[in-house]
Amino acid sequence: MSLHTLTLAQAAEKVRRKEVSSVDLVKALLVRIREVDPRVQAFLDVNEEDALEQARLRDRESPSGALHGVPVLLKDNMNRRGTFCSCGSKILNGYRAPYNATVVERLEKAGAVFLGRANMDEFAMGSSTENSAMHATRNPWDLERIPGGSSGGCAAAVASDMAFGSLGSDTGGSIRQPAAVCGCVGLKPTYGRVSRYGLVAFASSLDQIGPITKDARDAALLLQTIAGHDPRDSTSLPDAVPDYSKALEQGIKGLRMGLPKEYFAPGLDPQVEKLVRAAVEELRQLGAELVEISLPHTPYAVAVYYVIATAEASANLARFDGVRYGHRTSEPSDLLDLYGRTRAEGFGPEVKRRIILGTYVLSSGYYDAYYLRAQKVRTLIRRDFGEAFKKCDFILTPTSPTPAFKLGEKANDPLQMYLADICTIAANLAGICGISVPCGRTGGAGKPLPVGLQFLGPSMGEETLFRVAGAYEQVCRWDRNPGL
Amino acid sequence: MNYEAVIGLEVHVQLKTRTKMFCGCVNAYGGEPNSQTCPVCLGMPGVMPSPNEQAIRLTALSGLLLGCDIAPRCKFDRKNYFYADMPKNYQISQYDLPICLNGQMELMKECYPKDAQKDIQGVKQVKLTRIHLEEDVGKSFHFENCTGVDFDRAGAPLMEIVTQPDLNTPEEAFAFLSTLRLVLLYGKVSDADMEKGQMRCDVNVSIRPAGEKKLGTKIELKNLNSISGARRALAYEIERQKQALARGEKLVQETRRWDDDAGVTSSMRSKEMAHDYRYFPEPDLLPIDTTPWLDEVKRLVPELPMARKQRFMQQYQIADYNAGVLVADMDLADYFEKAAAHAPNPNAAANLIVNDLMRELGAASLPITQSPILPKDIAALTTVVESGKISSKQAKDVFAEMFKTGKNPDAIIAEKGLSQVSDAGAIEKFCDEVIAANPKIVTDIRSGNAKAVGALVGQVMKLSKGKANPAMVNEFLKKKLS
Ligand SMILES: [Zn+2]
Repeated sequence: MSLHTLTLAQAAEKVRRKEVSSVDLVKALLVRIREVDPRVQAFLDVNEEDALEQARLRDRESPSGALHGVPVLLKDNMNRRGTFCSCGSKILNGYRAPYNATVVERLEKAGAVFLGRANMDEFAMGSSTENSAMHATRNPWDLERIPGGSSGGCAAAVASDMAFGSLGSDTGGSIRQPAAVCGCVGLKPTYGRVSRYGLVAFASSLDQIGPITKDARDAALLLQTIAGHDPRDSTSLPDAVPDYSKALEQGIKGLRMGLPKEYFAPGLDPQVEKLVRAAVEELRQLGAELVEISLPHTPYAVAVYYVIATAEASANLARFDGVRYGHRTSEPSDLLDLYGRTRAEGFGPEVKRRIILGTYVLSSGYYDAYYLRAQKVRTLIRRDFGEAFKKCDFILTPTSPTPAFKLGEKANDPLQMYLADICTIAANLAGICGISVPCGRTGGAGKPLPVGLQFLGPSMGEETLFRVAGAYEQVCRWDRNPGL
Repeated sequence: MNYEAVIGLEVHVQLKTRTKMFCGCVNAYGGEPNSQTCPVCLGMPGVMPSPNEQAIRLTALSGLLLGCDIAPRCKFDRKNYFYADMPKNYQISQYDLPICLNGQMELMKECYPKDAQKDIQGVKQVKLTRIHLEEDVGKSFHFENCTGVDFDRAGAPLMEIVTQPDLNTPEEAFAFLSTLRLVLLYGKVSDADMEKGQMRCDVNVSIRPAGEKKLGTKIELKNLNSISGARRALAYEIERQKQALARGEKLVQETRRWDDDAGVTSSMRSKEMAHDYRYFPEPDLLPIDTTPWLDEVKRLVPELPMARKQRFMQQYQIADYNAGVLVADMDLADYFEKAAAHAPNPNAAANLIVNDLMRELGAASLPITQSPILPKDIAALTTVVESGKISSKQAKDVFAEMFKTGKNPDAIIAEKGLSQVSDAGAIEKFCDEVIAANPKIVTDIRSGNAKAVGALVGQVMKLSKGKANPAMVNEFLKKKLS
């Protein structure tokens, strides 16, 4: 067996048993990356020497942490001291992080080795990774198709065995949607479960870091490592972190499974619907009880999201001004010129579109009609879930209404692109947790494409999600080799 | 026409906290530029603010000092605008739910400009609208070919106090700022020194015909760098507005900048160019619940200067003027209380401190905390004068020596042999000697020239080396020569 096909948990186990060294793992991945990444282009940066050096250090230590010597991949929006962090943008050209994100610190403490940086839509704005200022990433299942986004680099790398596991970020579906279309497991934890300190902010009230992995066990392992209160993130929650991997084995007998009718609306790809419905049946056979539920404010989620997320982004991205770090325009005539040209040159079109939109919705005279109203509807959406979770223990939906679409297919139609997140956005607005697991592949003409199934849980309901994902994984056997 | 000015103030006050508002950097600036910075206060990508609870409590304390209602729940907001000295290009501030609301402050008589104190009519209360907490910005330094920014001040906790337009004269504005400074010093909230930028003030001023209810066109003044500068700027601006109206001009709402050297204001920007700050709730911070610790903060409220002045007058029976001078400097008032505790006559101690000690400290440019004379020695000096051990004339010399050497009065009296002789036997002996030695003068006196006694008194004083009690000498001589 080639080392690169191991899961994160298997790799960790092998290092712990001294069957392989950390250097062996890194070398195996580097070989795989050299072979596959020229086609997939999931990475922005593979720091071979740095990764090998970290691995050599780990090999000299006696294994203690849960991820000792195991390489992990970070999305390009997490700060790791001394390394580049560009958020897929030209505006952070040359910026090296002067500090460690909390998740980086926690991974480091667990013994992980950092492999490099994964490509992403610029500032996590997008659903296809086509908005990266560096290059597009391809879906390993069909190189003509997008890997989803914004954490498309993470998902593509994990799906094609170039990484054992990775951390992405999810603001409106940016972990779950790429995981779904690449055939990975992707978890967006409850808002506040994982510290955001060191994650370059897109929309602060929605962003959350989470794992993109090959299976549910790896997702549990990564979440176990990074979750928990952090005094540097005031919004992180103080709740104790349970043993997530235990939940994987607990089964789902008696769990109530909510099916929201609003998520099975026209626009849902028939093949996706078929696979999701089949999954419902399998879960019933595993002992879950089916409950029809309604989330009546679902149709407003995308609109609310694009008001709140852009408003927050317009402030969060104001700091990229050429004064202290990153790109600076040449020979500015004055401060205004410095700002104007630096930002005009540094930001891509989608980021500019969202900054302008966000600035607009906060402007005097428009605030009440847009931002304030969006916050009110957000409260209604949150209440929808509150009501729903009185009737069920978890909610089942498709992750993405369609399988991966073709590169360029929606690049010039932002509204169509925004609809790719229609099933995932509400969880961010409500602050609840959600996981996407593969539920099969499309058939018919063309290459088979993975389809994702989403389970949503209440706030701090990750254990339930792992129970469901763990049980479902046992019955959903599918060929997860994209054949690269 | 007779015009009335309407003035409102927005005062920024730096809080005396150990660390900055949202990071662990030491709250101290003025050293090597950018030596007190970290990723958080530099606005690096991905950082998050951690609120400084001490700053929040100090703001609540300030509210309590100024009679405000403390909000049980408040929140932070983002105020968006671009400037090079603002790391994130938004400032974390408070918009619609500040920590403190309402409140009022009485202007202290002693806090008016000295030359205006005689014109004060009645006691003025100034109402406050709110007090909120925000983070300070960095400081730009303009060089010949570039601009440098020092971020050491960026992220320092800054409190903004907003008054209602309750003030009517530049002198009242002066008195407001001075009283406010005193109150904040008493609360140990801030050093509030305008010249050091620890207290900064923007002023809104308009004028209207006396008796008119409607407010005139509001002009905002910026760059007021001292309390007296604020007074001068307001005096200038009110006069400028009066003259403009007299010429039939229409005033426009604008922001004007005070040039303290030239003594004039000039237009900075008009209302049309005013910023749209696009406030929205800060998503990185949770709302603040003040109830768990508010009682603890209430216990920190000290006796305020006005109350202390009243107490001084009652408890120590000192004059209004002295009490006012003493409480206008918290350290001076503390010094007085230490002296008064040991003085048989606290009023004498107050006089000694307010007149002699303040004069000498002023001449030596020393603060009261560095007085060479200890409070207990002020008390000791009043004690020896009171008991007649030395004369009040000698007391002046002893005081001068105390100030010079820091020695206690008894030591100086002993060293210089200054103790006044009040022993009747010794004085009688001196008198007899002088009478025996001056038969001519004695004859003069006896033949009716009473004034000549003075010459004999002088001789006795000389003989006693100035130590004889002059009253007793007079008594003896009169008795012996009558
Ligand atoms: Zn700092």
